[in-house]
Amino acid sequence: MSEIGTRGPLLSVKDVKVHFPVRSGLMLRQTGQVKAVDGVSLAIGEGETVGLVGESGCGKSTLAKAVVRLLRPNAGSVVFEGADITHLSPRALRPLRSDMQMIFQDPVESLNPRQSVRQIIEEPLIIHRQGDAAARRRRVDELLERVGLPANSGEKFSFEFSGGQRQRIGIARAIALNPKLIVCDEPVSALDVSVQSQIINLLLELQREMGISYLFIAHDLAVVQHVSDRVAVMYLGKIVELATAEAIYQRPYHAYTKALLSAIPEADPMAERERMLLEGDVPSPINPPAGSAFGHRISHPRYKETVGMNIGLVEIEQGHWVARDPCCLTEDDWNKVQ
Amino acid sequence: MKDGDPAKATVRQIYQEHDPGGDALLRVQGLVSAFDTERGLLKAVDGVSFSVNRGQTLGIVGESGCGKSVTAMSLISLLPRPAGKVLGGEVIFKGEDLQKVSETRLHEVRGGEIGTIFQEPMTALNPVHRIGRQVSEVFRLHKKMDKKEAWEAAIEALRMTRIPSPEVRVGDYPHQLSGGMRQRVVIAMALACQPDLLIADEPTTALDVTVQAQILDLIKGLQAEMGMAAILITHDLGVIAENCDLVVVMYAGRVVERAPVKELFANPMHAYTRGLLNSIPRLSLPPKSELNTIPGMVASLSEMASGCRFCQRLGRRSSLGDERPELREVSPGHWVEACPECCGGEARESV
Repeated sequence: MSEIGTRGPLLSVKDVKVHFPVRSGLMLRQTGQVKAVDGVSLAIGEGETVGLVGESGCGKSTLAKAVVRLLRPNAGSVVFEGADITHLSPRALRPLRSDMQMIFQDPVESLNPRQSVRQIIEEPLIIHRQGDAAARRRRVDELLERVGLPANSGEKFSFEFSGGQRQRIGIARAIALNPKLIVCDEPVSALDVSVQSQIINLLLELQREMGISYLFIAHDLAVVQHVSDRVAVMYLGKIVELATAEAIYQRPYHAYTKALLSAIPEADPMAERERMLLEGDVPSPINPPAGSAFGHRISHPRYKETVGMNIGLVEIEQGHWVARDPCCLTEDDWNKVQ
Repeated sequence: MKDGDPAKATVRQIYQEHDPGGDALLRVQGLVSAFDTERGLLKAVDGVSFSVNRGQTLGIVGESGCGKSVTAMSLISLLPRPAGKVLGGEVIFKGEDLQKVSETRLHEVRGGEIGTIFQEPMTALNPVHRIGRQVSEVFRLHKKMDKKEAWEAAIEALRMTRIPSPEVRVGDYPHQLSGGMRQRVVIAMALACQPDLLIADEPTTALDVTVQAQILDLIKGLQAEMGMAAILITHDLGVIAENCDLVVVMYAGRVVERAPVKELFANPMHAYTRGLLNSIPRLSLPPKSELNTIPGMVASLSEMASGCRFCQRLGRRSSLGDERPELREVSPGHWVEACPECCGGEARESV
């Protein structure tokens, strides 16, 4: 699949920036800004899953919120089905909300404890005025069955369910309006492995049946690789590598991607492999290094060259994009992109 | 392995089985821990046995609620009181039963001879004290150092965990540090007195993979340096595979399988262990393929069956009925809960 999905992208973001002000002092004057997302371009095709990986604080969740316009980006554009939605007001966005939904990491916090499961799943149907009470009732029953919850679940409360079942409730709510895009923000991170695989299977089934596109955020690279068509690796507010899931795992170019991959513990005690240990932590997005953020972290000898350099993405292979950064590419690869 | 009276065999196997060597650093036998609740006394840990030798790393793996953390807490009598209590079993540490020793002796053991690291470093650290004070407290308590000596020792301990510029960091408050750095502080505290045993309960679950790799590497290195044994509790089989010598698989408060790590991954016997191993997405699987799952859910503690609990989850009836399956040794050091329905291969034959 090329940069843009075969049938044209369902959603594309171009050069999106989300900066948050940092205020301090008595008058709460703005003293700086957190560049949570700093110039990201990404397209998601119909029925495609784009995985987004990176360490905590790299801006994954902020990007996700900007994509579905829960946040207004400071710069750049968000185009959904050909229409620019970057500057739409919340009211103008409302009709589009049925096409884009979200599933969150913590099903406990994202489900109202005072509502019954039926009320939770029915709410989007009411807001979007779908059907009368009887039709909605049937639809909720259908959804409960579809996500594999017992028939009597509707009358219970979310806290009566286990973590995996709660995530099923979240999924039922997300698919209630037959959305075209679901942003999944760490949907399985809080779950045990045996339940995690059930939820992943459910998400994959729903995609096959309904042709949903996913933006799938997780810090577990094995999970992301498993569910994604393409994977974007994010580091300090920027995408540093973007390629098909296969290519990212078979032939990563960026040093950070390589380090991330080598850090995954493999469930095989016989596997002997070399681990690239990353020193240090992600630099602060309030005061990011002037040059290559990753080069700075690993104190790369060529870091100085990157100060003031425009590090953009370059297509190093068909459909495989990587940051044009001398600190993060091997010498051969660097020469290739010159 | 076939005994005349299966019921008696069960009791003997569970409560008396021990390592042939017998010189284990820590030997846990038939540990039973329970919580007093409105629904009665609920056993979170139901007859758990294992042992760790000096320098070894034992991994305890299982899903949430399987009793792995309660096991760890029970070892050093840290169950929340008054609700939690150890009902039975022995915890023999360096030849001494920790369940029977005095509170004073326990204080010496905790932090002195057994160090602990818990999942969330922020809750293990006091937010209103500088980290130097918290680390040096260990030295003041256990090594009877004075304030100044202890402060110096704290800097050294922080240096050992590779915190950059420890002489500056020692004056920081926990909130000024990143998650990985906080966990290093907790490790510094746990290892301050060069304990014989380290208990690490999900030490890296709250951390990113890159930081997780740093921390596990650090623990491994320090362990080799000090010849320390460790109990590593995690739900991540990858972490187990890369860091442990022995593995205990727990399900619903019981040990379902116990084996050397290579043996367990090469030759898993219990259906639950197999289910766990099969449900991990691996880089080698075809993308978007259906993953294996374990059907059903863990029953709540008050509804736990007395017989095979994994059969209970799968909604089938074990041919042993309500009788608890015994642990059997299927190959040297490889023990499995011998429910005929849950065991494959040799274990099944021996049943």
